[in-house]
Amino acid sequence: MLEQFFQFLVTGVTVGSLYALVGLGFALIYNASDVVNFAQGEFVMLGAMTAIALLNAGLPLPLAAIAATLAAILVGLLLERFAIEPAQGASVVTTIIITIGAAIFLRGVALLLWGKGFHALPPFSGDAPIRLGGATVLPQSLWVLGVTVLLVSLVRAFFNRTLLGKALLACSFNRAAAQLVGINVRVMLRLAYGLSAGLGAMAGILIAPITFSSYEAGVMLGLKGFSAAIVGGIGNPMGAVAGGVLLGLLEALGAGLISSGYKDAIAFLFVLMVLFFQPTGLFGHKVAERV
Amino acid sequence: MKSLWQTALVALLLCAGLNPARGAEPIRVGSFLAVTGPASFLGDPELKTLQMYVEDLNAKGGVKGRKLELIHYDTGGNAKDAVSFVKRLIKNDNVDLIIGGTTTGDTLAVIPDVEKEGVPFISLAGAVEIIEPVKKWVFKVPHTDRMAVAKIYEDLRKRGLTKVAIITGDGGFDKSGREQLLKLAPQYGITLVADESYGNKDTDMTAQLTKIRATDAQAIINFGLGQAPAIVTKNIKQLGITLPLYQSHGVASKTFIDLAGDAAEGARLPAAALVVAEQLPDADPQKPVLMAYKNKYEAKHGPVSTFGGHAYDGLMIAVAAIQRAGGTDKAKVRDEIEKTQGFIGTAGVFNMTPQDHMGLTVDAFKLVEVRNGSWKIVQ
Repeated sequence: MLEQFFQFLVTGVTVGSLYALVGLGFALIYNASDVVNFAQGEFVMLGAMTAIALLNAGLPLPLAAIAATLAAILVGLLLERFAIEPAQGASVVTTIIITIGAAIFLRGVALLLWGKGFHALPPFSGDAPIRLGGATVLPQSLWVLGVTVLLVSLVRAFFNRTLLGKALLACSFNRAAAQLVGINVRVMLRLAYGLSAGLGAMAGILIAPITFSSYEAGVMLGLKGFSAAIVGGIGNPMGAVAGGVLLGLLEALGAGLISSGYKDAIAFLFVLMVLFFQPTGLFGHKVAERV
Repeated sequence: MKSLWQTALVALLLCAGLNPARGAEPIRVGSFLAVTGPASFLGDPELKTLQMYVEDLNAKGGVKGRKLELIHYDTGGNAKDAVSFVKRLIKNDNVDLIIGGTTTGDTLAVIPDVEKEGVPFISLAGAVEIIEPVKKWVFKVPHTDRMAVAKIYEDLRKRGLTKVAIITGDGGFDKSGREQLLKLAPQYGITLVADESYGNKDTDMTAQLTKIRATDAQAIINFGLGQAPAIVTKNIKQLGITLPLYQSHGVASKTFIDLAGDAAEGARLPAAALVVAEQLPDADPQKPVLMAYKNKYEAKHGPVSTFGGHAYDGLMIAVAAIQRAGGTDKAKVRDEIEKTQGFIGTAGVFNMTPQDHMGLTVDAFKLVEVRNGSWKIVQ
């Protein structure tokens, strides 16, 4: 029984770190512009699919991964330049709707490019499971965990220690004030889209050997990542990570200890409860809106 | 002026010359398939197959001297759209018969209209409810999930395994398969010791499988579609579970082996003969049909799937019935479809009767095993 419980925990943390990585991308763009970017899941899909396509074209895996990340960053920048920027000054809701449109567009392009089938990336370091106590883990899960921790610390350091990161944060707190102190808000916004596209793509590449990818793989991952971000308090990158891991754990424990049929219901019920009792999320800062 | 008259004369002669051919109205084949949406991996090869063979038949002079005309609508897997498309096919397009209904949902939704209007309808969907109870105008060509379950249970009985864990997805195909698994288990003396489920878009099923590992199951059956069964297969290996694994005919394509990789080795499943066409003995009457379809499809569209094969079976059964009926009189064509005997299709040998509007037996399935990254027939 204890062995089983341990396996549930391991499963939960692995799945949770996937959600965390996707949630992190949501938090980044939200930080810079107060916009929830619903194309985040599509960045994840683009990263995975581009890497798979490049690998099949004969590129070695590390090169394919880097090229795919760069390609996704480029898509993120183009999206910002040609879809978000022209709508500058539009309300947040309008911008969110634009991102939904962009998501549908990207999905359509992926469908035309790569068809409707599922594609897999080979695992980075083999398929042989590693035994941890009574539980087993795939080497790929360790890759996901390790890279998540690395990316999260980098993002954290970026926001807390670099001028650029602080400038980005300033844009989200008060765009006008940020502009007044000489921050180029437009450049910051591009930076945010580029960064979160890159993060999303890396997440996609990391998880493609475990979950496979298809043109619509971004939808579900985007939804789970978004839930992670709001549970943690959207706009708080560390909160998104905690929210992701929590969500993953709840799913695994729900499926394992209660019933697999209610797995998603349990996780989403938790999201609802958080929103009821702590609308800003578990780790979100209280926002006082002045009228 | 003279040249104008000449042109007019030539035109007149041409029209006259064409007339006999034009006089024969085309045979209008209506179709509604889920070419986009979640069931697109079924509908897409079905449409390609229909288009390919309609073109082919027309190039050979059509049926009874009449060309075939394919009128197709894409339902996107939405049953409500299916109903309105079928109404349009019957009322506006005046089709002579309908081949389509990629999913069970689409098919069941249109049956009332088809029955009321009296149009021969050959469905390409799986569930047994479509032909049970028998409906006058409705036929189907794919194997049922009940046959798949029976095939799996037969093999379990041969291996002397009685305690089984099942794990299924949350889609229509999965749920209907699960029902059959529960229903048929007592007949084969099988006890289900675990009944787990997952969401079809889930990325990890180790929690459910850990529970199964803790039971005294002797085999695992996974009934599902798409990428989820491949993840289940990988997770089983990850957890170090060595029980025999059975999958459903829903994953009988090369994609499953590609996705699951080494973990798929040894997995067994019931599949249409199409996936193992090359391995059939030359004496097998199905082999030439399968190879012809496979080669033709693969030359144009890439790897063949059993789902496209269903569209081939449906179209060819319809064409044969029209030929026997000597025309497209709907009642006669219906009667002739019902009299289909010994028709060799990609799904098996069809012997329809007034009581059986599918005409396949459990033998139409081959039990295959994944060995060295490809399918092998289990003897």
